[in-house]
Amino acid sequence: MALRRVVVTGLGAITPLGKTVAEYWDGLSRGVSGAAPITRFDASKFKTRFACEVKGYNPDDYFERKEGRKMDLFTQFAVIASDQAIADAGLLEGVDKDRVGVIWGSGIGGLRTFQEECIAFGRGDGTPRFNPFFIPKMIADSSSGNISIKHGFRGPNFVTTSACASSSDSIIAAFNYIRLNMADVIVTGGSEAAITEAGVGGFNAIKAMSERNDAPELASRPYDKERDGFVLGEGAGALILEEYEHAKARGAKIYAELLGGGLSSDAYHITAPDPDGNGVVLVMQNALRDAGITAADVDYINTHGTSTPLGDGAEVKAIQKVFGDEAYRLNISSTKSMTGHLLGGAGGIEALASILAIQHGVVPPTINHFTDDPELDARLNFTFNQAQKREVNVALSNTFGFGGHNTSVVFGKLRD
Amino acid sequence: MVLFVPEFSLNPTEMSEIAEKVKSIIVDKLGVEPSEVTPEASFTNDLGADSLDTVELIMEFEKEFNVSIPDDQAENIGTVGQAIAYLEEHAK
Repeated sequence: MALRRVVVTGLGAITPLGKTVAEYWDGLSRGVSGAAPITRFDASKFKTRFACEVKGYNPDDYFERKEGRKMDLFTQFAVIASDQAIADAGLLEGVDKDRVGVIWGSGIGGLRTFQEECIAFGRGDGTPRFNPFFIPKMIADSSSGNISIKHGFRGPNFVTTSACASSSDSIIAAFNYIRLNMADVIVTGGSEAAITEAGVGGFNAIKAMSERNDAPELASRPYDKERDGFVLGEGAGALILEEYEHAKARGAKIYAELLGGGLSSDAYHITAPDPDGNGVVLVMQNALRDAGITAADVDYINTHGTSTPLGDGAEVKAIQKVFGDEAYRLNISSTKSMTGHLLGGAGGIEALASILAIQHGVVPPTINHFTDDPELDARLNFTFNQAQKREVNVALSNTFGFGGHNTSVVFGKLRD
Repeated sequence: MVLFVPEFSLNPTEMSEIAEKVKSIIVDKLGVEPSEVTPEASFTNDLGADSLDTVELIMEFEKEFNVSIPDDQAENIGTVGQAIAYLEEHAK
């Protein structure tokens, strides 16, 4: 059976840089930081007291109060971004909803819900008074469930969980189901909302997050010598993946083609990256092979680049191993310098950054570069501090998750 | 067990304190208009509650009125009037 071609026909986003795709791209291309002091809880006793929150968010702007109350924030973000993508793709009429699926990504699920219910139980006398919505709000797949219920999409439906690779894995899963003819259209992407006491405290305990409390907007600085950890972000990115002929037949706008994807595991340590980058080399090689292209075809890599001392270096070394001299020709950037790290939502919004770079011919920057890291090859183009104009025919997006999960997704301009 | 269904209307001037609290819990949890919360109104048929909403309502009544409503009795509380009647009898 020949594999079917898959294209992107709709986008949606709610991010620390803005609550629509247009606002998100505006922030990315202008190099804006989404970081600020935490407002979602009193963080005064925490080592990290800032994050990249979605600004000015009010659920009442999007949901009936009764409806919103039954969704954790990560599901609200999922529904908002996917609604935008579905509308953008014009999917609401004239499609066979039995052939439309939802495959979403979330690394954690309803952390706030879990935390609040457990605190309430702990404060009581041992009598269980758990809310009946506790479990349905908390479970990670409440996101894909709610999206399908809202729109009546009866195709494949589940959530992928692989920490910070979750929503790249959801995109690849969606890609595979469509190319295998098990669905024609899939709403995919991912969301996260872990800026809670448990989320910030937990990541602080791993010593993975920046503690640059005196200058939050300068804290996420991938590839800078003084980087000291990632900045936690929240939000969602949604894509509509559609079989190419299906999209053409209904006259859909096509943003890009999903050319291929790769997956691998470090098989090394539950949180630390393999310093030799073996798994990361493998995942990019797998992705290029699946896409049927070579290193010479790639113009832009949207890196995982979380701004941690170990991870950034290992990824760059791996890029150089896979791309050789072609690496010097690439634009490389980490948009996490602006959005912070959306964990299981990262692959979604970074797929959007890659697709929008192709669409606009502009590579978004790695902001907050002050001091070169002597460990990194200075001949590489990290797109420091300012966006660069460049025709992008092929973009590769990397995401890696705790657990050693590595995923690369390759998007390209539509070829005939 | 058959529960007593009160004859009174839910006019605020005539409502008991318990009836007022019950009504406000229902308005809050089910997102309905106060005018819809009549004694005869069924949580599921008239006020849009699903099975989980109903469980949550019973839990809210238990918390607000400091009572424990056994499952077999909760099953008989399907309307606003039945809830008020039960709580007027059992509330501490």
